[in-house]
Amino acid sequence: MKYLDEYRDPIAARKLLAEIRRCATRPWTLMEVCGGQTHGLLRHGIDVELEDTVELIHGPGCPVCVTPSEAIDFAQQLAMTDDVILTSFGDMLRVPGSGRSLLDVRASGGRVRTVYSPLDAVDLAKRHPQEEVVFFAVGFETTAPATALAVKQAARDGVDNFSLLVAHVRVQPAMEAIVQLPDNRVQAFLAAGHVCTVMGYESYEPFVDTHKLPVVVTGFEPLDLLDGILAAVRQLESGEARVENQYGRSARREGNIAAQDIVHEVYECSDREWRGFGVIPRGGLRLRDEWGRFDARQRFPAGIALPIVESTLCRSADVLAGRIKPTECSAFGTSCTPESPLGAPMVSSEGACAAYMSYRPRRQPQTT
Amino acid sequence: MNHDEQATWQRHCPVPVPLDGERITLAHGEGGRVMRKFIRESIVSSLGDEVLHSMGDATHLPQIDGRLAFTTDSFVVSPLFFPGGNIGSLSVYGTVNDLAVSGARPLYLALSLILEEGLPLAIVDRVLESVAQAAVATSARIVTGDTKVVPRGMADGLFINTTGVGQLIGPVPPGPSSLCEGDELIVTGPIGQHGIAVMCAREELSLEPPPQSDSGSLVRVAVLLREQLGTRLRTMRDATRGGVTAVLHEWAEASQHTLTISQADIPISPSVRGACELLGLDPLHVANEGTLVAAVEQGFADLALRALHSCPESVGAARIGRVEQRGFAPVTIRRTLGPDQPLDDPTGAPLPRIC
Repeated sequence: MKYLDEYRDPIAARKLLAEIRRCATRPWTLMEVCGGQTHGLLRHGIDVELEDTVELIHGPGCPVCVTPSEAIDFAQQLAMTDDVILTSFGDMLRVPGSGRSLLDVRASGGRVRTVYSPLDAVDLAKRHPQEEVVFFAVGFETTAPATALAVKQAARDGVDNFSLLVAHVRVQPAMEAIVQLPDNRVQAFLAAGHVCTVMGYESYEPFVDTHKLPVVVTGFEPLDLLDGILAAVRQLESGEARVENQYGRSARREGNIAAQDIVHEVYECSDREWRGFGVIPRGGLRLRDEWGRFDARQRFPAGIALPIVESTLCRSADVLAGRIKPTECSAFGTSCTPESPLGAPMVSSEGACAAYMSYRPRRQPQTT
Repeated sequence: MNHDEQATWQRHCPVPVPLDGERITLAHGEGGRVMRKFIRESIVSSLGDEVLHSMGDATHLPQIDGRLAFTTDSFVVSPLFFPGGNIGSLSVYGTVNDLAVSGARPLYLALSLILEEGLPLAIVDRVLESVAQAAVATSARIVTGDTKVVPRGMADGLFINTTGVGQLIGPVPPGPSSLCEGDELIVTGPIGQHGIAVMCAREELSLEPPPQSDSGSLVRVAVLLREQLGTRLRTMRDATRGGVTAVLHEWAEASQHTLTISQADIPISPSVRGACELLGLDPLHVANEGTLVAAVEQGFADLALRALHSCPESVGAARIGRVEQRGFAPVTIRRTLGPDQPLDDPTGAPLPRIC
C-alpha cells in the first residue's frame, strides 16, 4: 500500500536500527509524546531492539487518559438526564470515571451514542429537535478543529439543541510540565506528528531555547519513529538542541493555518486539570464567551458532585508522567486489565498500559 | 421488487398502494388472514420448498442415517444490505458454514423472521429472494419457519434466526485439542472483508472501491479440505466474530500450544487494509463470513493450498503460521521487526482511534 509499506520496510528499519546503535555512545532517554507513537514503538518491537541504546519513556499524549474523572462523571450524569443524548468518540466509552464507564451507563439506560465526527452529532441534533445532543469533545489540537467546526455549523444552521462538553487539551504545556518535574529524566522529545500537522512546530523553538532539549517532530510508522530517534540521538551526541521535522510529508513549520484559525475563533486557552497531573497552566481549551450557548457546562447545571474516588492501586499518573513503565505498576495485568480497567491508559487505544497489554507477554496474576 | 421497479409499476397501474410501497403492519404477525396471506404469498412462494406449503406446526422429515450436527444462529446485522450480501444470504451461509466446518453436510434449515412494524414489504421480498438463492447454492432446504412482528422501535428492521441440521460425514476432523507441534495454519482467503464492508456501509464511509463482504458458502471449501487431507486435517473453523484472532485463541486454549503467525503471510485486500489503517482496527480482529481457518498436519499445507487454489471460494488461501510448543503467550505474531509478540484477544467491540 502506497505511503505505508515504504515506512514499514524491514530492511530499511534494520539499517536505521544499526545507525542508531552506531551513533549512540551512551544510553539516552527520549520521550515519545503521543500515545500513537507508543503503540507504534511497541507494536513493532522498536523499544526492545533499542533496549541498551535508547530508553523510551512514554509520554502523556493520550487525551482520553488525561481527561479528568470529574468530566467523565459529568458526561455520565448528562447521559442519564431526560431528553439528553450524549455523543462521543468510541474511545471514551470504556474509560472509567470515578466508578463506572459510559458503557456501564448506557447499559443502565443512559443515552450514549458513538459518532465518528462531531458533525454527525450536529446532524443528530437536527434530527432530534426535541432533545439535547451533547458531544464530549475530547482530544488534542488534532480534534479541536472538527469540534470548533461543529459549533460553527450548529450556529449557522440554528441548531440550538447542540452543545459541547469540552475537555480539549494542549500538548505543549504538558511537555513544559514534564521538563519542570523535579525528577524529570527526559533528554529529548519525539513530538507528536499529527498535532504538529495542525499546530505547526514554530512554538517549540522558544521551548528548545529555554530547556536545551532537542525536539524532533515524528510520525507513527516504524521508519518514522526510527528516523526520529536517530535525529534526536545525533543532536544529543553533538550537544545540539534544535527543533527538527522528521514528519515533513505531513507537518509544516506554520502548521495548518485554516485549522488554527477556526480553533482560535471558537476556543481560547485555559488552565486545565489533567488526570494524574493536576492543573496544567494553559493546558486546555475552553469555548470563548461568544460561543457560551454551546457550552454544556453552562447549559446544564452540574448535579450533586460526587466525590472523586481514584483507585489507590492505579499508578496511571506515574505512567503518564513517564516516571514508571506500565509493567512497574503492581495492578498491571492483575487487578487492572482491559476487561476490568482501573485507569484510562489500560483501555484507550492510545494508552501506554493498553500497548503493553497488547504487545508484551502478560504477567501471571499474583496472589498478594 | 426493488423500490425503482415499484415506482415504475405504480405509474402504469392506479392501484391504491402507498407511494413508498406496502409496509409490514402488526397484522402481518397476528395470526389472521393478513398473516396467512403474507406467509403464503411472500414467504412460502419466495422460498419455494414444497414442504412449506402444508404450513403445519411442524415439518416431518425423512429418516437420516448416522449422527447429526445441529446448530443455531441469530442475525441482527445493520444495515440489512451491504456490499457483497444482505441479512438474508448471511443468515443461510452463517448457519450452513457452522455445519460444514464441523464436518457435516447441511440438510435442513429453520428460518425465523422478527420484523419491525413499518418495514417495507419490498425489503422483505429482496431478503427472502437472497435466502432462497443461498439455500439453493448450499443445497440446504428451508423446511420450517416462523414470523413475528414487533411494534415500530422494538427491533431494527429485521432480525433473522436460522437453525440447521446436517449429517455428519466421517471421518470428522478431530478438533482443536488434537493440534500438535508443527501443524500448519491456513486461511482460505483475504481476511476482515465482512466486518469492514458492513462497517463502511453503516457509517457511510465512502471508500473507493467499497470493501466487499466475503459472505458466502464454505461447503465446497470444507468438503475439498476433508477429501484432500482426510485425517491430516486437524480442525477448521469459520472466522466470524472476533476474526482470525478469536479462532486462534480458542485453539490455543484447547490444545495448550502456542499458535504463531506471521504478519507478512496474512492475505489482506488493499481496501480492507486501507479501511483498517483509517479506523485504527486490526484486520485479524475483524469478522469474516466466508473464510475459514484450518490446521493441517505438518507437511500437508502445500497439498491443502493446491486444492484450495482450484476452488473459486478459496483462491486467496494462504499459509499464515504454525503450531508450536506453549511459549510466553497463547497466540503470537511476527510483525515488521522481530521478535514475536503476543497477539491479544480482542476486548469489546473494536473502537476507532480519536486522534
